[in-house]
Amino acid sequence: MKKIEAIIKPFKLDDVKEGLTEIGVQGMTVSEVKGFGRQRGHTEIYRGAEYKVDFVPKIKLEVVVNSELAPQVVQVIEQKAKTGAIGDGKIFVSGLDEVVRIRTGERGKEAI
Amino acid sequence: MIDAGDTAFILICAALVLFMTPGLALFYGGMVRNKNVLATIMHSFIIMGVVTVIWVLWGYSLAFGPDVGGVIGSLDWFGLNGVGLSPSPDYAGTIPHQAFMIFQAMFAIITPALITGAFAERMKFSAFLVFIVLWSTFVYSPLAHWVWGSGGWLGNMGALDFAGGTVVHISSGASALAAAILISKRKGYGKEQFIPHNVPMTITGAAILWFGWFGFNAGSALASNGLAAGAFVTTHVACSAAALTWMFAEWIHRDKPTTLGAASGAVAGLVAITPAAGFVGPVSALIIGGIAGVICYMGVLAKSKLGYDDSLDVVGIHGLGGTWGALATGLFASIAVNPDGANGLFFGNPGQLWIQFVSVLATCVFAFVMTLIIFKIVDCTMGLRVTDEEEMRGLDITQHSETAYSL
Repeated sequence: MKKIEAIIKPFKLDDVKEGLTEIGVQGMTVSEVKGFGRQRGHTEIYRGAEYKVDFVPKIKLEVVVNSELAPQVVQVIEQKAKTGAIGDGKIFVSGLDEVVRIRTGERGKEAI
Repeated sequence: MIDAGDTAFILICAALVLFMTPGLALFYGGMVRNKNVLATIMHSFIIMGVVTVIWVLWGYSLAFGPDVGGVIGSLDWFGLNGVGLSPSPDYAGTIPHQAFMIFQAMFAIITPALITGAFAERMKFSAFLVFIVLWSTFVYSPLAHWVWGSGGWLGNMGALDFAGGTVVHISSGASALAAAILISKRKGYGKEQFIPHNVPMTITGAAILWFGWFGFNAGSALASNGLAAGAFVTTHVACSAAALTWMFAEWIHRDKPTTLGAASGAVAGLVAITPAAGFVGPVSALIIGGIAGVICYMGVLAKSKLGYDDSLDVVGIHGLGGTWGALATGLFASIAVNPDGANGLFFGNPGQLWIQFVSVLATCVFAFVMTLIIFKIVDCTMGLRVTDEEEMRGLDITQHSETAYSL
């Protein structure tokens, strides 16, 4: 089992979600996050004074899938979230030891 | 003789002016960080309570009571003694004396509330309360007497101030400068970023101010008549023009038209037209407001170079806008608009500009020096500022044990 975390541009979330549902991903967790990478921040203007805002709003997407499906998931996110401009985000893939479905007590692949 | 129309109009205008103070609370509240929003709103809100009590006991008497040497009213009207339901012989002869008194009370309320923008995010609440009591008594009441009180020296000299450019705006602006200098900067000023936490709240506040200002300026005609209509129109025109010019100034200077800029410009225009509202025509109002938007924008920019931390730009908007408005009254006033006023420089009477200048200078010096003294006294006896740790945690939780937003 693999856990795939992706930081993407907020307006790309719908495209990514649709792409992932099409290849059979059955669930995901999404959160609004802030951070910076090479894109750095942006400036805001209040009464003529410029303020540098370092942390840019992004979406963090977390998906857990069988190891076989993982390369496809990565590929879909990569394609759908790409604009080619700086700040498109990153995808992190890691191994996962255990999953439990709380309602039934199922373990491992059955619980995904 | 009490006139029913005038009385109804002034009572409604009094309510409109009162509504400006909670409007100001939102205007200021949106501009601070979210840990200080309640404390900032509270400053304006509780002033409605504090100043009303003072006004009824001794404030109104000191401002409008029987003249003592042209500088102050006597205490003969303490506790509104003799201030009844028939018209006063000295003020607004067609409405009950108490209607005039309560209309004036609303001006006395909003003026110190304007100053609170200068020391937002760092002042101790107890010290704030003491400051307001002293300022209202020793600065506002004398100034109101000088300009509007029967026998007041500035009024006798012929200074024109229709609705409070000197008494309300220059006095609060000059006092804000003194306060900002004495209380010194917020922790982290110049290093951390102080970004408004809720601009929509600020814009809601600006809209309420715009609305309430019709009561402030049109109501200052003290009758439901042509003069009131004229002041209503000039108020609206100047406000609109200034919202536009501030927006364009910022657009040219910083490449973006901002909503906070449009709202700030609107307030700047309202401030500038206040002394002129009943003495100038609509086109003059257009010019006065248009110039106010640019002057106040530049004034706000200058703050960072001058190095004092006037948190919410009271000096740049009320001090500078009020000064421009008072001088502009000396330029644009016309007896064709109001026969009880005077002609300004552009209508062949250069002397009026000098009179306006003297009234600006006298107000600035008096308000600045008195505020320095009062602030110093409060600082030495109880301390002005919260502790560093309290400032870090925010005034909402440390002064009031509340938080505005829970998640």
